[in-house]
Amino acid sequence: MDRFLWSSGLLEMNETLVIQQRGVRLYDGDEKAKLDVGVVLLSTHRLIWRDLKNHECCMAIPLSQIIFFEEQAAGIGKSAKIVIHLHPASPNKDPGPYQSSKFSYIKLSFKEHGQIEFYRRLSEEMTQKRWERTPVSQPIPTGTGSQAGRTRAVGIVGIERKLEEKRKEMDKNISEAFEDLSKLMEKAKEMVELSRSIASKIKEKQGDITEDETIRFKSYLLSMGIANPVTRETHGSGTHYHMQLARQLGDMLLAPLEERGGMMALTEVYCLVNRARGMELLSPEDLVNACKVFESLKLPLRLRVFDSGVMVVQLQSHSEEEMIASALDNVSEKGSLTSEEFAKLLGLSVLLAKERLLLAEKMGHLCRDDSVEGLRFYPNLF
Amino acid sequence: SEMSFEWPWQYNFPPFFTLQPNVDTRQKQLAAWCSLVLSYCRHRKLYTLDVMEAQESPVFNNKKISRKLSVEAIQVVFEELRKKGNLEWMDKNKTRCLIMWRRPEEWGKLIYQWVSRNGMNNSVFTLYELSNGDDTESEEFHGLEEWMLLRSLQALQAEGKAEIITMDDGKGVKFF
Repeated sequence: MDRFLWSSGLLEMNETLVIQQRGVRLYDGDEKAKLDVGVVLLSTHRLIWRDLKNHECCMAIPLSQIIFFEEQAAGIGKSAKIVIHLHPASPNKDPGPYQSSKFSYIKLSFKEHGQIEFYRRLSEEMTQKRWERTPVSQPIPTGTGSQAGRTRAVGIVGIERKLEEKRKEMDKNISEAFEDLSKLMEKAKEMVELSRSIASKIKEKQGDITEDETIRFKSYLLSMGIANPVTRETHGSGTHYHMQLARQLGDMLLAPLEERGGMMALTEVYCLVNRARGMELLSPEDLVNACKVFESLKLPLRLRVFDSGVMVVQLQSHSEEEMIASALDNVSEKGSLTSEEFAKLLGLSVLLAKERLLLAEKMGHLCRDDSVEGLRFYPNLF
Repeated sequence: SEMSFEWPWQYNFPPFFTLQPNVDTRQKQLAAWCSLVLSYCRHRKLYTLDVMEAQESPVFNNKKISRKLSVEAIQVVFEELRKKGNLEWMDKNKTRCLIMWRRPEEWGKLIYQWVSRNGMNNSVFTLYELSNGDDTESEEFHGLEEWMLLRSLQALQAEGKAEIITMDDGKGVKFF
């Protein structure tokens, strides 16, 4: 094995590829070489071996160094081999994979067959001795993947190498790009941490800061991301994750719900929550599942599905009776109301206003007038 | 006499003209409609109604508040009247109906009361005498259409209070 020289795997100008065979393992004498299965190439000048995966790992022996070779038949659990006996290495030869070897021969073990043809072609080359007639223009390059070797890339090996280089370049670019993204996320986490610590400081020194400033800071926080978002990463998947998420929703939705009269459409909740979370976005499915466990966690929130299929999150304190009573009061006061008018009065979305009116109608407190002028609700005088 | 008819308060309540989805509310609404239709027909002495014509009649069309009961809703009201025994369809397609603001039994009772009051049991009357005679002029059943009168007398006959007899120029009745 010490006769091998590192090679670029590229053929020289006058060199021609004769045959190549996949699935060949190298033996240093009788010992398996510390190399994987590879491709063995026979050119007019050299015997070349290249690693199957790592194309940089490529080495060669000039055919002139071969004394003789012989076949070794396959046996049970043994591949057919060609034994190649070699002249000793010259003391000042270029570096190779082995510095020394106690054997003066190597073996090619053919795992995927092809040894008969390879043997025949090797015999032809050895008799023709073409390397003597057309010496290569320059000494066979040594040294792994030298620049000189690359520029002189020809043939299939050259094309393959080019493709390989391109792929590696792309791999590098992609991993660099993702590195940037993860750095950004790290920074975002730091920002969240920072804002949380400021928030707690504000809480401690409530007297020193005006309410106006606190509110302004609160709004900054909201637009940036809430402290310590619960993510699937930190809390696994399934029910546990949804329970944690439900608790977090319970904390962050209380204030907005109170501002909006105790009820928010689920779509509105979705937007608000994801805006607050910033990077760690929630899927609609996870949000619904989290809302479904409000009740079992005894949180003061409830997910409510109206007959129409519209889903809302409402405060538990926000009872149905109150909702119906307020709808009836408003309608009675105005004589009659459309959903739009009611929505304006309460500062609700039209969708939710309508649901409330329909609920009051269902309970028999309101009745409807459905005309070309639209749908109006009246106190149920029947 | 259109002016003298007193419309119920519901007539000027816009939701009255929309069939209410709430079951309880609808029941009360339909009861109000049945009562309105019957009292209106009684006031106008109407014995038959045409569904298409009815939609344009003031009873189902309040021009003052621009509300009109839909044909579907009218059908629902009529069906409710039929269940109560105040209406009978005259054709399979339910386009025309007999409207009985008093049911035959009720009419029969009124007639029998008048007969008894005037001590005319065991007397024989022609149908014309009963509905158009001078003696019944002040009675509510005066002017009753013949088919309705006959139905009423049939009801009395079923109770054993009268017997319908065939006379030379039509039908007569003997009260017991």
